[in-house]
Order: sequence, then C-alpha cells, then structure tokens
Amino acid sequence: MKFGVVRFPGSCDDIDALQAAARVADAVLLWHADRDLQGVDAVIVPGGFSYGDYLRVGAIARFAPVMAEVEEFARDGGPVLGICNGFQVLCEAGLLPGALLPNVSLKFIFRQVELEVVRAEGPFTGLCDVGQRLSIPVKHTTGRYYAPPEELARMQAAGQVLLRYAPGHNPNGSLRDIAGVCNQRGNVFGLMPHPEHAVDPLGGSTDGLRIFESMRAHVEQHVLA
Amino acid sequence: MRARVLVRPKAGILDPQGQAVERALPALGFSGVRNVHVGRLIELDVEDPERLPEMCDRLLTNPLIEDWEIVE
Repeated sequence: MKFGVVRFPGSCDDIDALQAAARVADAVLLWHADRDLQGVDAVIVPGGFSYGDYLRVGAIARFAPVMAEVEEFARDGGPVLGICNGFQVLCEAGLLPGALLPNVSLKFIFRQVELEVVRAEGPFTGLCDVGQRLSIPVKHTTGRYYAPPEELARMQAAGQVLLRYAPGHNPNGSLRDIAGVCNQRGNVFGLMPHPEHAVDPLGGSTDGLRIFESMRAHVEQHVLA
Repeated sequence: MRARVLVRPKAGILDPQGQAVERALPALGFSGVRNVHVGRLIELDVEDPERLPEMCDRLLTNPLIEDWEIVE
C-alpha cells in the first residue's frame, strides 16, 4: 500500500505527514505542479500555508495541477485525507461540505486537544471505537468549521461527522464541536487537528496513528484484496 | 474597466473581527456604534466585465460564507 502526500509551495507539514504515513506503509511526495499521482492508493493533502493562503485559506491551491488529479482520484472512490490547510483546500475544492472561518478568538492556537470519535467505520476511523478519545494537537488560526444549519443537520444524519472536540475542548468555535467531516460517499475526509504530529511516544501521544492505520486497513481490505 | 468588488461576511455568520472592532471603539470614546462587520474590497481592471460575476463565484469569494457586490 502506498500513500501520496501533496506538496504545495507553502506546505509545511508535508514531511511530518510523509513520515507518519511511512510508519504504516510506503509513502511518496506528490509535487503540486505534476499531474501524476504515481499510482498511490491514498492521498494526503497536508497542513501549511499553500500558495501563501492568499485571498482565502486554500482558495488558490485548489487550482494546482495536482488537484485536478486528486479530484478525479476522489471521484473514483480513492481515499483522500485533508489535514488542517489540506482540509481547507478540500472544502474550497468542493470535495467536502462547509468552510473554515477564523477562530472565534482571532488568535493562532497551538495545543493538544481531546477528540471524540463519532463514527468508527469507513476508510479513516475504521480501527477506532465510537466514543473513543484521541489526543491530537491543533495549530491553526482559521479552523472554525461552518456549514449552513440545514446542511449541518443533513450531514449529521448522514453520519458525515467523524470526529468532534470533546466537551470543553473546542478550540476555535466550530459549530457542533465538529473537528472532522467526510463527504457523502465517505472517501474524502478533512480534519483540523494534526494526526501526523501524534505518532511517536516522544510527542506525548500516538493516537494519530489510528487514522493512518485505518486508511491502510481500508485499502488492504477493499482495494488491494 | 476598473471594477471594485465589495465582499461581506454573510449575515448570520459569527464575525469576530467585527465584534473586536465594535468592542474597541468605546474604549476611544466612540459610543453608540453597533452591528460592525468587516469585509474586503477587491479592485481590478477587467476587459470583459460580464465575466465578473463568475470570477466572484469561482475565486474572488466563497459564496458559502461571503456575499459580494460589484460597485462601479
């Protein structure tokens, strides 16, 4: 199984994502200007400040040549994980519902938060348990999840909310404490916390590994089997 | 044509930037100010102004969270 991690100008968590993915499978970098996904089985759009986040977070990156390939990969059912800025890019690209707005505090927030697994099935949380707590850091200025009220209700009913901040841990004012959502089909997932920064005991938590391990298990069961 | 696009946060969405400005004004003695919202102004020279709405919807703004208006 092979992960591909997209690198935009301004990505800064690409290497951490690459190394986190490499703990569970093969992993390669995908350059933003290439239209080649190198035969990967899963794509990660990492955190950072793609194209300087000019105009709006994620607004310019969605037009990168590699994103056309990522969109096609997602349309074909391939698993795509967007972390932080990657989540913002996937929302701007219309691959995920909603948008990320500036934190209510208007401040950059960098801290460990507790997440609760809302749904423990599918390509990204398949190896978790419902209600399980994951300790994973957030670090962002624009992480307040927003979707119109009727869309939020529809998403929740459809099981598209996979992770939420545990009570008292919502760092940014996200509606309904939402930390991570998937598309209707369930193969595109975005979250503001950084699972790639929670993979080594030295960092205080290895809970982030669950996400990468779930992706590997999904690909091995459903794609490579 | 020189075009100006006013971009506003959509009504009903929490606007902490507007709130921060609203809270700061009384500290300088400006009382009686309410409903402050902070948006953006985009200025551009365009050959074909008819394409402006599409530019606004596809790149200049995110219609889910922002309203736009073209001002001459």
